[in-house]
Amino acid sequence: MSTEVETPAAGAAGEGPGGPGTRRVDAAQYGLAAVLLVVGAYTVVDAATLEVGFADPVGPRIFPFVIGAGLVVTSVLLAVATARGSRPEPEAGEDVDVTTPADWRTVLKLVGVILLTIATVTWLGWALAGAILFAGAAWALGSRTVVRDVLVGLVLAVGSWYGFVVGLGIPLTPGVLDGIL
Amino acid sequence: MENLGLLWDGLGAALTPMNLLYAAVGVLLGTFVGVLPGIGPAMAIALLLPVTFGLEPTQAFIMFAGLYYGGMYGGSTTSILLNTPGESASVMTALEGNRMARAGRGAQALATAAVGSFVAGTIGTLLVAMFAPALADVAVEIGAPSYFALMVLALVMTATVLGASPLRGLLSLFVGLTIGLVGLDLNTGQPRLTFGVTQLVDRLDIVVVAVGIFALGEALWVAAHLRRKPARVVPVGQPWLGREDLRRSWRPWLRGTAFGFPFGALPAGGAELPTFLSYVTERRLAKRSATKGRGTEDEDEFGRGAIEGVAGPEAANNASAAGMLVPMLALGLPVTATASVMLSALQGYGIQPGPQLMTEHADMVWTLLASLLVGNLLLLVLNLPLAPLWARLLRIPRPQLYAGILFFACLGAYATNLDPFDIALLLVFGLLGMAMRRFGLPVLPLILGVILGPLMETKLREALTISGGDPAILWSEPLAVAIYAVLLLVLVTRPLLSRWRSRTESRIVAEAETEAVTEGSAR
Repeated sequence: MSTEVETPAAGAAGEGPGGPGTRRVDAAQYGLAAVLLVVGAYTVVDAATLEVGFADPVGPRIFPFVIGAGLVVTSVLLAVATARGSRPEPEAGEDVDVTTPADWRTVLKLVGVILLTIATVTWLGWALAGAILFAGAAWALGSRTVVRDVLVGLVLAVGSWYGFVVGLGIPLTPGVLDGIL
Repeated sequence: MENLGLLWDGLGAALTPMNLLYAAVGVLLGTFVGVLPGIGPAMAIALLLPVTFGLEPTQAFIMFAGLYYGGMYGGSTTSILLNTPGESASVMTALEGNRMARAGRGAQALATAAVGSFVAGTIGTLLVAMFAPALADVAVEIGAPSYFALMVLALVMTATVLGASPLRGLLSLFVGLTIGLVGLDLNTGQPRLTFGVTQLVDRLDIVVVAVGIFALGEALWVAAHLRRKPARVVPVGQPWLGREDLRRSWRPWLRGTAFGFPFGALPAGGAELPTFLSYVTERRLAKRSATKGRGTEDEDEFGRGAIEGVAGPEAANNASAAGMLVPMLALGLPVTATASVMLSALQGYGIQPGPQLMTEHADMVWTLLASLLVGNLLLLVLNLPLAPLWARLLRIPRPQLYAGILFFACLGAYATNLDPFDIALLLVFGLLGMAMRRFGLPVLPLILGVILGPLMETKLREALTISGGDPAILWSEPLAVAIYAVLLLVLVTRPLLSRWRSRTESRIVAEAETEAVTEGSAR
């Protein structure tokens, strides 16, 4: 019985997400507009320093001028649209639940793990750095089966090292394991 | 007919035991990665690009072909067995497919998707073999102004016609064009936007950009919003099609193919609109034959899991995937995210996109087309029996899944130049990709901008050099004028079109929900 009452309500909610009462300004969008404005302006400034070659009526400047100007104009328009209440539609997906607030701590942890990989990959070699990357990322995402993750990471990293070096002839660094692998 | 001969030669090149092995590996890897939740075909190919680095171009192409159709098929498995479609092109498949799965007909849904993909892919590939060479013959004659106009058309249309917000599409496009500027200017050798960093001088590696935006960006975005309870996976048995299912499927397959192929070949066509049109058509036809009393009463099962609603959109999806090869191979113009990733992979072999692709690298193109046919067949042979295994992949725990994506993304970036700097670049593009998902900026215009930007500048300067700097040359050719006219027309009619579409779409979804609810309460 209750389903029949709910159906029209659900349909109406689907028609207009967020009625007139819920319109809020997405302040972060101003930040995006500002960053893109700076990038666009910098592109124009950078292009202005280029020299136009001899016997080249166009030169390397026109294209960046147009792109930079386009970026500046569109970011200003975005700022205007933001002020008028335009809100982004965050991308949904199979594992994405956009109704929950963003969990930036997990993202920061993942960024940290990748930075660690960048810093250590030459020294440790891919086989170890990759294993740490996998285990670290799984931990950051909430896995607590550390031993299993490290083992899986080692298998993946050592396997991919051999696959690339032997199978594809791409010499990934062995690092500290040089001579052992 | 000459084309068929060339295709036959291509088949000869593709059908050595070693090459068949590469095709099979490609199909399996592509399906494996495509099935994984959260990974669409473009991301699957981007992630797997490094695997082809050490291969000869021909073998790499054969593997691409397998990866491509494998990734596509894997994506449809996911949308049938999970409630949430991973990409816009599978929304329609998921609508009926998931209902079928929940009604215990998941095996038939997977089978009609697989066979439909095979039918559409095969017809589509043959059509590409027929049309692309003729188009390429015309294309090499196209002057720089018209080619420039064509790229403007492709870029502006992808930016403004697809997606909910044209403004955000344009923003994304300009960011992509800016990324495409980084590095040495091709004519004068002056560095642009390099900040004095030596690694940036020889231009950004497109693989790093693509993997960053698609794979890492998606993984970081998922990390920020990870679903606490993973979506429910519907268990499934061995896919098979009964005679009744086959009878109901074959016409939707062909109709879906007819919708998908032309749209795939158009800039900003993509798979979204044809899958939608196919769904609407099948639904209408089912309704009509049900009211006319020609069929039994359950013929109109829409909203409760109709096989036609899976067969049609799936065929449309795959046919459009084949259709996009026409502009890619004949004009060197990618029109979808997947095409742009494939084209960027070709650049890794020193093959420049552009109309000369088909003439200068004819043997490779024919091998690719033949491999697509082979890959398509292998897909059917391998994947029907393997489907229950693939379904089990959907239960993979999410922390390990996304850790794996991070792992392979970093491996791919690192393997391009064996320089940790590339992982840093990957991180930068990953963060950009995440921000784009947060701010609803579409990914496709950006990636097309990165790839087409440099080519556009070359053509622009070529044209303006001929005219001595007079911009009037840009509309001096009749073809160029026609293209700009088409662009104008599309931009004018866009608001009307999108209003019609969103209205029909929301009505269908609402109706389907109502029917499902009434069905549920009736039981």
